Amino acid sequence: MSRVHVTLSVNGEPREMLCEAHQSLLDALRDELGMTGTKEGCATGDCGACSVLADGRLVCSCLMLGVEAEGMDITTIEGIAQGSELHVVQRKFLEAAALQCGICTPGFIVAAKALLDQNPNPDETTIRYWLAGNLCRCTGYDKIVRAVQDAAQELAYEA
Amino acid sequence: MAKVVFPDHLLQQTGGTQETTVEATNFRGVLRALEQLWPGIEETLQKTAVAIDGQIYQDAWLEPVRPDSDIYFMQRIEGG
Amino acid sequence: MAEAHDYKAIGTRPVRPDGVDKVTGRANFGADLNLPNMLHGKMLRSPHAHARIKRVDVSRALAMDGVYAACSGGDFPTNERTTDLAKNCMARDKALYHGHAVAAVAARTPYIAERALDLIEVEYEPLAPVLDVDAAMADGAVLVDENLRTNGDASKPPSNVAAIVKFERGDVEQGFAEADVVVEVDCRVPTAHQGYIEPHACTATINEEGEATVWCCTQGHFDVRSLTANVLGKSVGEIKVIPSEIGGGFGGKTIIYLEPIAVKLSEMSGRPVKMVMTREEVFRATGPTSATHCRAKVGAKRDGKITAASAWLAYEAGAFAGAPVGPGCMSILAPYDLEHFSIEGHDVLVNKPKVAAYRAPGAPQAMHAMESAIDDLARELGMDPIDLRLKNSADEGTQAPYGPVFPAIGFRKCLEATKAHPNYTKPKAEGTGRGVAAGFWFNIGMQSSAEARLSEDGTVTVVEGNPDIGGSRASMCLMAAETLGVPYETVRTHVGDTESTGFCNVTGGSRTTFATGLAVVQACEDIIAQCKQRAAATWDVDVEQVDWADGQAIPKPGVNVDANPLSLRDIAKNAGRTGGPILGRASVNAQGAGASFSVNFADVKVDRETGKIDVLSFTGIQDAGTAIHPAYVEGQMQGGAVQGLGWALNEEYIYDENGVMENAGFLDYRVPVASDMPMIDTQIIEVPNPSHPYGVRGVGETPIVAPLAATSNAARDALGFRIADLPLSPPRVLEAIDNQADA
Repeated sequence: MSRVHVTLSVNGEPREMLCEAHQSLLDALRDELGMTGTKEGCATGDCGACSVLADGRLVCSCLMLGVEAEGMDITTIEGIAQGSELHVVQRKFLEAAALQCGICTPGFIVAAKALLDQNPNPDETTIRYWLAGNLCRCTGYDKIVRAVQDAAQELAYEA
Repeated sequence: MAKVVFPDHLLQQTGGTQETTVEATNFRGVLRALEQLWPGIEETLQKTAVAIDGQIYQDAWLEPVRPDSDIYFMQRIEGG
Repeated sequence: MAEAHDYKAIGTRPVRPDGVDKVTGRANFGADLNLPNMLHGKMLRSPHAHARIKRVDVSRALAMDGVYAACSGGDFPTNERTTDLAKNCMARDKALYHGHAVAAVAARTPYIAERALDLIEVEYEPLAPVLDVDAAMADGAVLVDENLRTNGDASKPPSNVAAIVKFERGDVEQGFAEADVVVEVDCRVPTAHQGYIEPHACTATINEEGEATVWCCTQGHFDVRSLTANVLGKSVGEIKVIPSEIGGGFGGKTIIYLEPIAVKLSEMSGRPVKMVMTREEVFRATGPTSATHCRAKVGAKRDGKITAASAWLAYEAGAFAGAPVGPGCMSILAPYDLEHFSIEGHDVLVNKPKVAAYRAPGAPQAMHAMESAIDDLARELGMDPIDLRLKNSADEGTQAPYGPVFPAIGFRKCLEATKAHPNYTKPKAEGTGRGVAAGFWFNIGMQSSAEARLSEDGTVTVVEGNPDIGGSRASMCLMAAETLGVPYETVRTHVGDTESTGFCNVTGGSRTTFATGLAVVQACEDIIAQCKQRAAATWDVDVEQVDWADGQAIPKPGVNVDANPLSLRDIAKNAGRTGGPILGRASVNAQGAGASFSVNFADVKVDRETGKIDVLSFTGIQDAGTAIHPAYVEGQMQGGAVQGLGWALNEEYIYDENGVMENAGFLDYRVPVASDMPMIDTQIIEVPNPSHPYGVRGVGETPIVAPLAATSNAARDALGFRIADLPLSPPRVLEAIDNQADA
């Protein structure tokens, strides 16, 4: 089967990959580029573990084809920290114990960052609805929501 | 003599006896005494949890048994 | 033992040592390993819930380009000792549920493997399935296993009832006769899944000498090793298992599904084989927990003194015996001190996936029934539900319904804390309902090993064998730091594979912090003992003249020696000259796991137009013994509460009449999402477990037990009538409201 050559940017770096036509962006990231930080929980767009930003927009990478990423700027969990500096959302997740097993964490962090990028001061309801596409089975969401609130507060303080 | 109590699902092996007493200084001795009474029961009991004076053991063997000890066999607890 | 307030490390909330890797995507989970030359395995699964397998032919699949191996039941050792687990991993003569594995292939890509499955020929003789516990127990029911007899009694005819267990005390008839009020609840709880977000995954390779290496996500790699050896007919020593990080388990990853198949396919192809389940496979073929039918009856005097209680429990085991009905029976009345009771439980086969452990296995369903009945009793008596429980509560010295006498337990403290809690003293809002329920889990100890290795700069590496499913590395580091008297940051905990650490039972049963924690504490005490010897040698004194305090060896008071204290770092630096590296170790079979009790209460609102129930607030109060890392204790309480709320409100396996699950995905098997839930308030009660050096009880399982009944009781309060069955999903609630209006 012939594979499709895809040129894209991943976390600001130009990349090329050969995708099978049916291959999801999630599988392409994981299997062609070896970037396994993005996780698969369902492959049907229900759990959000595979959340990435595609041209700044939050998407489930299991619902996009790799070939659709042609020319796009993809941000994955591996691109959230700046150099050796964790993003404030990452830091707050750690401080607030907002992860237990950690499998959903990359998706939550990408989603939470996307929220704060466009709404730096969300209320609890907004946070809960924004994160409703990300399933966590360990925490009951309490500490995740608080971590995002803490991150928003710190961003507001810095601003 | 230590008191030994079996749960209902082991009664088939004890011919219906729910409670008995045995002379032993440790749990291994209890098992041996019970095996004498009901040959073959030791194998079953080794796969069973036991409470000796309130303390639950999943794999008892050398635990001391006093003359007035209460020994309850019970289903093993696993967990999620 | 030091008092709680004396602890320096224990009770603090530091960042977990594996945290950064988990927020940056570096942590490797089950599906994240890729090996050179690796193949991808896929499983062919039965399209029938019950069928005889007449023939399996994989030859056409094997002939496909890119396919390198294929196997089916005939490729695995089969004899009279073949375990149910082996037959569950790969069907032999019968497919026992829709989704049961019947064959597997390994191919160059997952896509090719998927297509190759279509070429496997299986000839089935479909049989009628038996699909629920009542049908399975009825006379003349279709038999899942024609050779199964209740409690192994050969004199009885074959049955779907694998076992009947009974617990009795006193004279229950007399007890009910003495009662002024008797209430009864009859309820069904459908199948629910653990719902871990990470599907099962493993990679296996085996060499020409038959030595296999398996990487997988599991709650216990030592169990994976022995179970895989069992299915393959290999010795344990031939298999090495390396645990990845684990993306949730809740009991569902204490057994195996893929590992022996991947090893077999690797053996056949001579290449590494990776197998990853889809979410649909996880739902259809991995252990959910039992659907149940329970009846609970309880009687009391006017003053609230319970005179008798009885329960009849029937649990679906799935296709093989082993429903958690025993623990259900043993937990159902554990919170109460009773003179007369009888409990009877049934372990019942049906043509559904074999159940696996799920967080406090068996307790939530049983206690849902009894705690609903206790709530109805409180209403009949006009008593506060907490006061009713206080009047009958078990305490230190109470003989538990399952035999032993409770040592110090925290149930009364949980009840008293509930009565005083602001969420409870505050009046409920107009049009809402409030429900209370008690929870309980035994907790277990079992076997654990640990090493504590002192590095040359005085830092400490702890190595133990329990996959970290929710922050246990942090707890181990805290206990090690506390024991050694050193800062948390100088200790790191590593989860070793089956070759690099001693045996540990699974991460489950709320045992890790208790039992493995005990081993870690003892390994650190071993380090201290050795350090004291090194200090004694350095100072030319007797080892009895050396004390250990605040992370350093000091001369005992009155010992006349002109010496500065020697810190762990000083001793480490000089270890080469005082006898070599310092390595502490311990292995334990931990006894005395402490039971953990809880009280939960919920405020809910019912939308009478749609039948939707909103949880407005939820409070969990639980005895943790000692909370080593309180944030992760709260996390267990909050996570368990929300799993229980999901089970109470929405989660259920929906089957068609052929035994095909109709909602095998997260869209239709709806677990709670963030917008469904309020914040979950917690209060940790600390009644230290006398059998642990720091008083640990274990906390992971109890939190899921009470929410089912607490939700049902809150809905009862809001609606004015009880809906006994779960889940309280909008269609069921709406139907009940309509029926009530008609009545």
